[in-house]
Amino acid sequence: MKYVTALRAGLVSCHACGRVEPRIRSITPQHCSRCGARLHRRNPDSLMRTWALLLAAALLYIPANLLPVMHTSSLLGSEDDTIMSGVVYFWTSGDWPLAVIVFIASIMVPMLKLSVLVLLTVTAQRRSRWRPTQRTKLYRMVERIGRWSMLDVFVVTLTVALVRFKSIAVITAGPGAIAFGSVVILTMIASMQFDPRLIWDTVEGADSSVKKKAKRASRAQDAQGSTQQSQDPTHD
Amino acid sequence: MEHDNLIACHECDTLFQKPRLLGSRAVARCPRCGATLYRSAYRRLDGISAMTLAALFTFLIAQAYPILELDANGITSQTTLFGALVALWNEDMQIVAVMVFCATTLFPLTELVALLYVLIPIRSGYVPAGFNQVLRMIQFVRPWGMIEVFMLGVLITIVKMVSLARVIPDAALFAFGALTLMFAVVVMFDPRTLWDIADELTARRARPMPRTAADSAAAAVSATLTTTAAGQPSAPHQG
Repeated sequence: MKYVTALRAGLVSCHACGRVEPRIRSITPQHCSRCGARLHRRNPDSLMRTWALLLAAALLYIPANLLPVMHTSSLLGSEDDTIMSGVVYFWTSGDWPLAVIVFIASIMVPMLKLSVLVLLTVTAQRRSRWRPTQRTKLYRMVERIGRWSMLDVFVVTLTVALVRFKSIAVITAGPGAIAFGSVVILTMIASMQFDPRLIWDTVEGADSSVKKKAKRASRAQDAQGSTQQSQDPTHD
Repeated sequence: MEHDNLIACHECDTLFQKPRLLGSRAVARCPRCGATLYRSAYRRLDGISAMTLAALFTFLIAQAYPILELDANGITSQTTLFGALVALWNEDMQIVAVMVFCATTLFPLTELVALLYVLIPIRSGYVPAGFNQVLRMIQFVRPWGMIEVFMLGVLITIVKMVSLARVIPDAALFAFGALTLMFAVVVMFDPRTLWDIADELTARRARPMPRTAADSAAAAVSATLTTTAAGQPSAPHQG
């Protein structure tokens, strides 16, 4: 089945209100005639921005896991808790469903998000035609689950506010919480900057002559340079 | 103007003719990538307005009252959400405090107030000032409101604290629980449909002028019908 994209039809859809309008080349920052939002065929510098944010998030991910998120000082002494030690605490104290929830939200989800976004940007950059439907599904999943990693930051906030029994036990937040919150926010912005339409642009570029998978692969590599100049749907 | 009936999938850019959705819960999906193109939210405008207003009140309760109370051998401590933020701020954790403040207070509040600001005038038939900016603000703010995540955080904190002290749930805990459910409904509403409705409104306003007075009278009647329907939020109506 053949689909016509807005790009091919010389149209551009407003990212804010969804209105479809003809693309006018002479007006460089074209604005939507209905809502006034700036129109662009694809998110500007989508891949570059995604890379930058991903890199920052990946770097911050290290202190987020190594530095303590909570510091407990009580009569029995003081201890630092990292995110992983919190999971271990739940696990050893028998609350394994909770341990699983915290593990998924604070360790699995950020890792998954980072790796999926790297996979998506790499494949989009290589103009890959590999499983666009599945890749779009991955993107949708990243968009949906990203927010849940803030869980640990909220838990820290409440714990710090509640456990303030002076001279008996006081819990304070550690620098890991800052790093962790930043990772969540950076990956969220990164997934917003990534344009899923880039996944489909190369699929749409497959003409009726190029239908066999073997041909596709070789074409994609050969045409990498030329298509970028002739079509250039990635940047606006 | 001939492009009014077109819609482009926001995930794969495929163009489609926009068909009228039948039924109040119909969803149009892109056959190519499976993304949701749009929902038929038009008839639920009253329900969404009512839910948003209710959510706003619940939000105020959730913010004003303490969430949890700890009782450790007679020494008690309780906290509101704002109190928790102040505690974080005083511990030189300003960045975290700002993050939590934005995700649980500022952005959800902005979304609710902004939605009400556009929904109430649209329901009574006119487009409010700054309509485009407010709608775009809703779209900007929406992914950052994390009430439901915060709710799960509260629950985890409760389980965590149970081993240390007696945990007494307070009013705001239940308010946050209700708010989570309400937000789930409010977030289902896509502000994009409001642009379509606003288009129809302006078109309807522009049309009766060159025609007879009967048309504008009919428009006025339908407008009053819309306002009277506010009493029953669940009743679907066709504008």
